[in-house]
Order: sequence, then C-alpha cells, then structure tokens
Amino acid sequence: MQMLRGRASPRYGVAIPVSSVLLKFAALLSLGALTACGPQGLESPINSPYIAGAENQNVLYTAFTQRSPKFLDPAKSYSTDETPYTYNIYEPLYGYHYLKRPYALTPRTAVAVSEPNFVDQAGNVLPSDASAKDIAESIYDIKLRSGIVYQPHPVFARQPDGRFSYWPLEPQSFKDKFVMGDFQQTGTRELTAFDYVYALRRLASPRVASPIFSTLAEHVVGMQAYGKRLREIDAALRKDLPPGTRDLPWLDLREAGFSGVEALDEHTLRIRVKGLYPQFKYWLAMTFIAPIPWEADRFYSQPGMAQRNLSLNYWPVGTGPYMLAESLQNRRHVLVRNPNFRGEPYPCEGEPQDRAAGLLADCGKRTPFIDKIVFNIEKESIPLQGKFMQGYYDIPQVDRGDAGVAMLVAAGDSAAKATLYAKHGIQLPTTVEAQMQYFGFNWKDPVVGMGETPEQQVRNRKLRQALSIAFNWEEYVAIFQNDQAQVAQGPIPPGILGYQAGVEGINRVVYDVKDGKPVRKSIEQARALLAEAGYPNGRDARTGEPLVLHFDSASGVGGSSPTLDWMRRQFALLGVQFDVRATDYNRFQEKMARGVAQMYMWGWVADYPDAENFLFLLYGPNIKAGKGGENASNYMNPAYDALFEKMRDLPDGVEKEQVIAQMIQILQEDAPWMFGLFPKSGGAFQQWVGNAKPTQMVRNTLQYMKIDPVLRSKKIAEWNSPVWWPVVLFGLLLCGIVWPAWRALRRQDRQTAFGDVAQEGVR
Amino acid sequence: MIGYIIRRLLYGVLILIGVNLFTFVLFFAVNTPDDMARLAIGGQRVSADAVEKWKVERGYDKPLFLNVKQEGIQKYTETIFYQRSVPLLTFDFGASDEGRDIGREIKARMWPSLALAVPTFVLGLALSIAFSLVLVFFRTTALDFWGVVVCVVMLSISSLFYIIAGQWLFSKILRLVPYSGFAGGWDTLKFLALPIIVAVIAGLGSEARFLRSLFLEEVGKDYVRTARAKGLSERVVLFKHVLRNALLPILTGAVASLPLLFMGSLISESFFGIPGLGSYTLDALSGQDFSIVRAMVFLGSSLYIVGLIMADISYTLADPRVRFE
Repeated sequence: MQMLRGRASPRYGVAIPVSSVLLKFAALLSLGALTACGPQGLESPINSPYIAGAENQNVLYTAFTQRSPKFLDPAKSYSTDETPYTYNIYEPLYGYHYLKRPYALTPRTAVAVSEPNFVDQAGNVLPSDASAKDIAESIYDIKLRSGIVYQPHPVFARQPDGRFSYWPLEPQSFKDKFVMGDFQQTGTRELTAFDYVYALRRLASPRVASPIFSTLAEHVVGMQAYGKRLREIDAALRKDLPPGTRDLPWLDLREAGFSGVEALDEHTLRIRVKGLYPQFKYWLAMTFIAPIPWEADRFYSQPGMAQRNLSLNYWPVGTGPYMLAESLQNRRHVLVRNPNFRGEPYPCEGEPQDRAAGLLADCGKRTPFIDKIVFNIEKESIPLQGKFMQGYYDIPQVDRGDAGVAMLVAAGDSAAKATLYAKHGIQLPTTVEAQMQYFGFNWKDPVVGMGETPEQQVRNRKLRQALSIAFNWEEYVAIFQNDQAQVAQGPIPPGILGYQAGVEGINRVVYDVKDGKPVRKSIEQARALLAEAGYPNGRDARTGEPLVLHFDSASGVGGSSPTLDWMRRQFALLGVQFDVRATDYNRFQEKMARGVAQMYMWGWVADYPDAENFLFLLYGPNIKAGKGGENASNYMNPAYDALFEKMRDLPDGVEKEQVIAQMIQILQEDAPWMFGLFPKSGGAFQQWVGNAKPTQMVRNTLQYMKIDPVLRSKKIAEWNSPVWWPVVLFGLLLCGIVWPAWRALRRQDRQTAFGDVAQEGVR
Repeated sequence: MIGYIIRRLLYGVLILIGVNLFTFVLFFAVNTPDDMARLAIGGQRVSADAVEKWKVERGYDKPLFLNVKQEGIQKYTETIFYQRSVPLLTFDFGASDEGRDIGREIKARMWPSLALAVPTFVLGLALSIAFSLVLVFFRTTALDFWGVVVCVVMLSISSLFYIIAGQWLFSKILRLVPYSGFAGGWDTLKFLALPIIVAVIAGLGSEARFLRSLFLEEVGKDYVRTARAKGLSERVVLFKHVLRNALLPILTGAVASLPLLFMGSLISESFFGIPGLGSYTLDALSGQDFSIVRAMVFLGSSLYIVGLIMADISYTLADPRVRFE
C-alpha cells in the first residue's frame, strides 16, 4: 500500500483567531492537520481513508472483520474467511460455474471434468454403468492444460547458472527479511501434474495435519498407510531434535509416494479411489487439491523461515488470477493481478435471469477484470457500514453475505434507509444457499433419543414429533431471521439434487397440506402426540413429574436471550419445561464430542453441492460421540444407513432422487432433527460493481467481478463533500467563552483595593 | 537512592512472578489446551490429529505444573508453566500460538499506540489543567457550578459513546475525517485527529474534576493568601504557586501512567482501526492466544512497576522535602 502524501490544500484553510501563544499553537496544529489531509483535498475527499486518487484506479476495496485469515496453506485452509484469498491464488483442478444454478463443475487447470474409469478386483476395466459392488476402484485420469505457469515468486528464482537464488539460505542471510517482497528476485515455471501429486501427498503429512486427511484417506487408495509411513519418516527426522522445535529438516515428499496418486506424465494426473465414490469429483474443486510446487515446500522449510512467519500459511504460491502482494496481520492484505495468469474467459451461460441482469454482457472477455483487491480490517460494524455508505468500500465483505441480508432487513424496517440505499444505487441480491441450521436431539439420550425398548422407541419418537410440531420455525424465521431464510422440510437445501419443492417435499409429520401449501399441524395434535408419548400435559404419566428437557446452548453464560426465551415459550405450549444449559462454544463442542448434550442447535455449510454432504450428517458410522464424525445427533438407523450407502454410490439421476426421498421420509418420521432453516445469503454491492452474483459455493468470484472507477470517483466526490460551518461555529463559540474569561482575568489583574488601575490612569 | 531503586526493582521481580502465576492460573482455569487448539484451528472437521499436532508444536501437550512422567528437576521444568514463564523474565516473548514473533509485533505496534497515546496524554493533561484552573479562578460563581455539572455529566458517559458519537458527527455528518484506518508519516494526523479528540474529551470530565479539587485545596492555604497579600496577580498565584504545589499528586498519576502509554487503548484502537498494542491484546484475548496474553500482561505489569518507581523518583524532583531515606 502506498503511503499517503502530504500536500497543501488552500481550499480548506480556515481563519483562526491569533490572540495568544496557545491559540497560535492550536492554529498551527489545526492547519497542520488540515494540510496533512491535503491530497484528498485536491484529488479525493478529505475523509478518504486511501491515497489521493485511489478511487480512480481499477482497485476493489473491501473489508475483513475480526482478524486476518488463519490459514492460507491450501492443505489447512477450511474457513470461509480464507476463501477470497485461497480460491483466487490457488487453482484446484475444478471449480464451479460462476453463473449456473444448480451449481455445475467446470475445469480450472484440468482440460475437462473427467469421468472415472472403473476396475474390478482383478484390475479388469468395467463399463461406466457397472454395479457398485463390482467396482474395486474408480480411476480418475485428469489431463491438465499445458502452458499454465505459477505467479512470479522467490521460490522459483534462479541464478544465471541455474542454481536457486534462495536455496540453500543461511539463517543470517535473511535476517532482515520478513515479507516476500524482501526477496528481490522472482521466477516461475510451468504447472505440472507432479505439483498435484505433491499436494495430495502433503495432505497426509503429519507436519501439516490437514483437516481433510482422514476423510480423503478413507477413499484414496493407499493414503491411510502413506500417512502412517510419513509419520515414521517424520519421527526419524525429528529424532535428535528437541520437541516443539520450529526448524525441521525438509520432509521431501518427492521421494516417498503412494500408489493412489501419481503423475502419468507432466500433464496427466491419476487418482485411484476405493470403490465407487461419485462425490470425489467435488473434492477436486476445493483448494485442498491445489498444486504445491516442491520448491515452495523446500524454500519454506529452511531454518529461520518459520520464525519470520515465512511459510505457505502466510505467503501462498499459486497459478490463480491473483497473488498476495502485501500481508499485514490483522490490518491489511492486498491481492494483485498475477501477471502470469493466462486469462480465463468470462462465462457466456447462466440462469435465465442473468442476461437481463447484465451478468452475461462480458461473455468471452478475459478475466480477471480488476487489477488489485485491498482487504482492510474493520472490527466494528459502524465504521464498516459508514465507509460502505460513503463509497470507500465497494463490497463490505467478499466472503460473507450477512451484510447484504442485514441491509435488506434494515431497508424493510426503515423507509429512510430503503430510500438511502436506493439513492446510492446499492445492489442487494439474495439467494438461498447450500447451508442449514437445525435443532438436534441426541440419539443416545434416554428421553429424546432412540430409546432402549421398542415401546420406548415409539414413545420417544412421538415426543420428538410433538416437539417438532410445537416449535414454530415460520415464526422463528420471521422474528430472528427477519424473513431472510427458508423453513426446511428436510435436510436437503434448494438447488441440490434431492431437494423436493412443492407438495412432494412437505414434511407430513409436522405439516398438513392445504391448497398445495404446508400448514403446520395444530398444537392440539402435538399435545395428543405428547400424551401418546406418555407425557399428557407435559407431565410423566407414571410419576406425575413435569417433563424437563435440557437445551445445550453455545451462546455463552447466562441462558437468557430473546431466542432462548422464545424457545421456552414454544416448549411451554406443550407444558414441557425447557431448561437451558448455557456454555461457551468450546465447552459445547466438548459436550457434543462426548455425546452428553440432550438437545442442541447447530449448522452446516456444504463442502460441495451434493445431497451426500447433508445426509452424511445423520449417517450412523459418522456419529460424533466417540468417533469424532459430523453426525452430532449420533443418529443411527440401519435402514437409513443402508439407503445412504446406496445413494452415495449412485450417479446423479432419478434413482438417486428416489433413494434420497426415502431417506428424507425416514428422517421426517424419526425426527432426530427439527429441520430448521436454510439461511439466505445476500450480497451488498455498490452500483459501480459489475458481474456480482451472491454465492457461498463459488469462491473465486473476484475473478469475475469488475468495477467502474470513473463512476465510483464521481459518486464518492458527490457523497463526501465536507461540512465546515460547524467547525467555524464551534471556533466562534469558543472565542465567545474564552474572550470574556480573558477579560475577567485581566480586569482582576488590574484591580486594586481602590478600583481598576487602568481606568484610574485614564481618569 | 540507588539502593532504594534496586530494592524496588527486586520487589518488582517478585510481583512479576506473582502476576505471571496469576495470569497462568486464570487463563488455564477457563481454557484447556484442547479448547485453544480447536479455536485456533477453526473450521469444520477439526481432527484429533490436528489438535494433537497443534498442542505438541506449541508445547501445550505437557502438564501444567507437575510432570510426573519425568524425574528430578524435569518434573517441574517439563511443564507448560515453567517453559512459558521463565523466558518471560528475560523479556523473551517467543512466538504467538499462531507462530508469529511476539517481540517483533510489539516493536512494530508500539509506534501506532504511542502516536495515539502520547498526544492524547499531553493534550488531555494540558486541557484538564487549564480547564480546572479556569474553574478554580471562577470558583463559587455560576461558571464554576455549571463547569462541575458538565464534568459530572461527561464522566458519567461511557467512552464508547464518545467514540460512536465522534464517528457519527465528524465522519458521517461533517465528513471531515475518515471513520477509521491508519497510515504512517504526516497522514497519521488525519487518522488520529478524531481518536485523539474523542479520547481527550472522554477523559476531560473526570480529570478536570479531580484536578479542580486539588487546586481548590491549595487555593485555601496560607501561602496563597500571602502571595495575594504581596500583590501578585491571580494568574501568577494560580500558575506559579498553586499549580506547582499541586503538582505532587498530579505527578503520581501522570508519571506512573507514562510507561503504560506503550500498551495502547483496547477500545479506541479497535474502533478506529489503529494497529497498536491495544488491538493486539484484544485480538489475542478473543483468539485465546495465551502466548500473547501472558506477554502483554507481563509487559504491562513491568511497565507499571517502572512507572511507579519513576513516580517515586519524580517526587524528589518536585518536592525537595521528599527523601528516600
């Protein structure tokens, strides 16, 4: 980031009374302050937080809240706030089409989205419609495009004689180097399939501890054993080193590999997946499968690098449209256009409404359109919102849609705000995303869980069904989500194969169908179910004791909030007492891991747009308690599990839809969750931001966006003319107070027992 | 005096050990290393492997105070407490739980903190003294009465209100300064103008009221009457006699707080986007980064001890009657 320059601004000079040394000093200080704002005085408004004329450049300004991204290493990064960086710097094999919905995979560095070849145990090739039980392996042979090169980076820099410029380095030789810009020389090379092989091997490395290793190791041939082997190699390398040491000898993953991942040639990658696993292709669209050049891994393994935070975690090396040029932790990060990027064409197809919205106008043009993206920290919402309304942010946050939804809500609540947003031409598109919030029951719990005996199982199911009816999600969405969410009828969100819109999708356990629309069953029906469950009017029929259910809240200590109070009232409709066990998120996670919570509320953001990624949240072998899976309800139903295993192996199509429908029906009947809601995601974009489409699945959106700096500059000047008269008025008021005080002081100085000395003299 | 300072410094070391122990116990009473790891790693699918690796890399896999698996002195040294505390005594802050060099961060971040804190301190003190002297000058008049009322109102308002009101007035309505941000060089003025004004105004009420009571106490003393009887002007009486004699309690607060200026302001830096030590500490607290928290608490305690010693020394300069003996 360039520094702001000081320049005089006669336009903003103010007259300051010069009647004392103190006032002179104040005047000088004020003048200094104003002239320091000079550059904006001439080329930008005085309140601009950027360099003079910044708004005229092809630069997109946005913000991040709370803190800098924790992990930019693609093997570790798994948080939404990291994706604007990782998905624009790194290129996985595939990505998602920017405009098409439902989401469609498109190749990024691959030539095409490859279909796997199937082989049996003997290695014989099977037809593409072979039965899942016959398939021993799915082999993905993925062709890479040639001519893709990495961003200019010191890890590739070489001397004229071919030696690497920055390897090997002695620790003292880079004592003064703390950022990548401190290394003057850069280089590049072509992307090869070996870089993907290296990246996949690295996922198994104990040095990295990738969150995705255990999942991928279940599917990729030989990966589990490879992880163990790497542990042994790593242990041997660390043998004589003190524990916790940060400078470790390089674990060269070129040497040791495994059969599941190999490069057939420079541009062909082969991945062998156990059995049939159609969802595997989606993992190839995530940055876990982004190429890692071995030079980068070796460069960052040099002694002293870790101490200076020189690692892939902070300084990524990629082939994507942007590269990280500046990284000031918890302050500012800057992405600039990768000069080596080949320039991908802007898509020419999309949803029907995209053409009318102007989203197809740039069809075929080379991306990216924007030269630089500046992310500034804004920890508080007031400055963030304020700067956005002044035009100093083009998008409040790239990675989240909350700001857009919040502005929509604000516009709905206040006509003045709606007018202001309209006047500023702010675009507020929304969409329902592949994510959900649900209310879960712990299957291990004797009261709301599965139940031990068949009779108990029936009773518990009826209790869960009664609660599902009483808990009015429509009201919840209206009150707490400001209508910016869709009430869920099952676990599959819209836009994903298996989601059923209309009458077919209605949860008949909770809703009646009237005029083709769902109508929540009456509270009397819920009470009847509760009585059948053995709790008439909320009391145990056998003991007469009131039914008390415990909700484990992660909302912090206290247990009282509007949401929790509302929940209490929902349960009270049935006479059931709702006890809140409030705790912090860490304790909550611990309880969930031990399986001791009774009821809870949680959410899930899809890894990929496939029903499997939601239905696995209730798959028996994936329980959280004791196994660490994502089935937080610890739900187990053999019929459901069998259908899941069948569905998982099916290609997209009618058969898969039918199986999913059966699974949803089981879930609606068993009610291990109250299905909750699918939150809407929104975007807030200034009028000069083009090609903006809200999405939480496509993460390399910056590549497709564009801005109109001329319009931005004009609007910023229009919206930010300073108001000086209150300052002048304040100065006059101050003089009005100081001057009489000064006079009184002087008068008292001159006064004697015989009156005013000065006046006496005059007489 | 040298002996006194050495004695105070030695007491300081004991205090620092106590503070360190207290911080450690408090932090680990509410956080386990597993909690810290889960929060630090974040995201979905946090694996047990990743948690374990995180702990091993940072030495959080060891027991807190006593390692029964070790023999001899290593029972105590192979613990989180020992390994995290002893380097602090030599001001070796080590790396944060995220792996960043804390010492370097402190060096880089103390300048923005100082850029905000020093002008705020100097201007705040000067304005408070001037304002309180005006009130003393006009004592028992309506101006004094309403001045005190204004002070009480000002000190009753939360500093957060001043920040939000300041941003609303100067950034949103008048559009004279940016909402937030920071830049080096002369441009610092533009970004710091509002935080400084806000901080000075926020502190004016309590400070001026405190100083007014000090000055009023002095004004009633015999030497002041004598000075007036000599025919000295009220201005000379106030500035040369009253102010100088009231300096001792002012020094107590001012000199002791001088070293703490390094530590920055938690709220102000956060709201105005100033990358100082205050926001650094706040980030560490919210991110449960124990390494930074303990380093900042240790640094703050050390500076406070130094500040108190400096205040003691300044007594002797301000009042020749004070002797360490």
